[in-house]
Amino acid sequence: MSFKNTFDTYDWDTVEKEIYSYTAQDVRHALDKEKIDLEDFKALISPAAKGFLEEMAQHSHALTKKRFGNTIQMYIPMYLSNECQNICTYCGFSMTNKIPRRTLSDAEILKEVAFLKSKGYDHILLVTGEANKTVGVSYLKNAIELIRAHFANISIEVQPLDQDEYEQLIEAGLYAVLVYQETYHEATYKTHHPKGRKSNFDYRLDTPDRLGKAGIHKIGIGALFGLEDWRVDSFYTALHLKYLQKTYWKTKYSISFPRLRPHQGEVQPKVEMTDADLVQLICAYRLLDEDVELSMSTRESERFRNNIISLGITSISAQSKTNPGGYVVDPQSLEQFEISDERDTDEIKQMIESQGYQAVWKDWDKSYFEIA
Amino acid sequence: MNDILKIADKEFSSRLFTGTGKFSANHLMTEALIASESELITVALKRVDVANEEDTMLQSIMRPHVNILPNTSGVRTATEAVFAAQLAREALETNWIKLEIHPDPKYLLPDPIETLKAAEELVKLGFVVMPYIHADPVLCKRLEDVGVQCVMPLGAPIGTNKGIKTVDFLEIIIEQSNVPVIVDAGIGSPSHAAYAMELGADAVLVNTAIAVSKNPVAMAMAFKIAVQAGRIAYNAKLAPVKTYAEASSPLTSFLN
Repeated sequence: MSFKNTFDTYDWDTVEKEIYSYTAQDVRHALDKEKIDLEDFKALISPAAKGFLEEMAQHSHALTKKRFGNTIQMYIPMYLSNECQNICTYCGFSMTNKIPRRTLSDAEILKEVAFLKSKGYDHILLVTGEANKTVGVSYLKNAIELIRAHFANISIEVQPLDQDEYEQLIEAGLYAVLVYQETYHEATYKTHHPKGRKSNFDYRLDTPDRLGKAGIHKIGIGALFGLEDWRVDSFYTALHLKYLQKTYWKTKYSISFPRLRPHQGEVQPKVEMTDADLVQLICAYRLLDEDVELSMSTRESERFRNNIISLGITSISAQSKTNPGGYVVDPQSLEQFEISDERDTDEIKQMIESQGYQAVWKDWDKSYFEIA
Repeated sequence: MNDILKIADKEFSSRLFTGTGKFSANHLMTEALIASESELITVALKRVDVANEEDTMLQSIMRPHVNILPNTSGVRTATEAVFAAQLAREALETNWIKLEIHPDPKYLLPDPIETLKAAEELVKLGFVVMPYIHADPVLCKRLEDVGVQCVMPLGAPIGTNKGIKTVDFLEIIIEQSNVPVIVDAGIGSPSHAAYAMELGADAVLVNTAIAVSKNPVAMAMAFKIAVQAGRIAYNAKLAPVKTYAEASSPLTSFLN
């Protein structure tokens, strides 16, 4: 049994029709309930909920405050490699882009780490493309072991792995894995991932199951907005979340909301997602689930990020580079996408504090992994 | 009135214990904690940078008469908890530990089996163990048997501010316990805290309700007063609750 079994009982077009058929009355009903279910969630992400945005935001704000307090968790991505054997039509690292590739050496990783430590970061996200020969499990394991003395909390966003491979990385000190389905629309998925291991839709879909079985502390899921209708993809993400929470109840979950950003490829968003849409979605997730972590990257603009702090998100990155060595080693290397909010860490910290929130740097301890 | 609470080798004149999570800024936390007059403040080991002697969180708490109570929040098993407790003892120089084992990150409900295992082990290692548990009277007795110095049953799921939902079980625990009973989790308002104290709880632990209030300093003060009021009421013996009025013309007066 895996999420695939649940997934197969739903039909994209039916879900889409349902979402678009909801009325203001359904939204009202959902907002008046103390606990909302997946059907209510459909109403809250429907076009009918547009008129309730302020009320949803107020709910989301209050629920987030109760569960997470007046705090925002800080994290920083570190790209280790832009080598990739996949073709993803929307990604700068796609194999078809004829650009110089690089993978950081141990010495280079430590140089980048020194810079990130000087900025105060204690939670780090390691990112790579998918190049299993050069950037496989042994490379990742080595990287985690190399940096674990420097960080309280290590996450990765890399190619999907097998359960035993995750187990090795967890033993090395890995806390969380982020793995986005990109889109839950199987046919669209195939057109955007025509080649490479990533073209296997089902293997990716069941990655969180393998992580849950491996006993990971946290799993991050989400869809890449722009490939398909964000409302339907978000319903499937919520379905995925609820399935995982019931099945792997010892694991924490987070959701991210990447919208397509300009990059070294050609694809433009098929379905646009406006700022108001994104706010609606963030609030809907919070109303569905009080304790799921909601994460906001530097893909979004200054203005948007300033205003989203108190709406329901719980963690944020700052000053990110999306290219390997981007901080100090090789600032000119190929980036995955252009970030939008380019402010430095101190500015973001001040922005958070000025809104009555505390920027939290450390909320885990590396010693929890030294037990075995 | 000499109404001191004794736990292990320490005496407390305040029966309000507090926490350090969810505050919007360290200076606000400091002010609120001072206003609470709390003498026992719990801090999550995972939030502290033990390698850094100038950790701002710790510096914001340290004052005379204030005891730091490290907690094991984040661990999922007895083995992890014992390890974390030892680390906390070394780093924070205290053998007191608030034992929290909640493998479920959603509702943060304590695992009774792992907690009992860890408590037994930690007592042997010389810790003053304060276990966070369900309001389970049998578990409280089992913990007492292995030598914990108090029990900390929950009033409602942590962070919910729902109040004393477990009242029927808390009453049994308070009646039977030979160690102090501290109601932890779920207390959302000063009236909840006063109620727990009226029931005979020896102390309460409050965090979210203070930290997330619009005015944490004023709220800390309100909790301080409520806990005092509840304790005084408990000592003064509450008048019994009656379900019927006393008849003005007694039915049995003819017998005299």
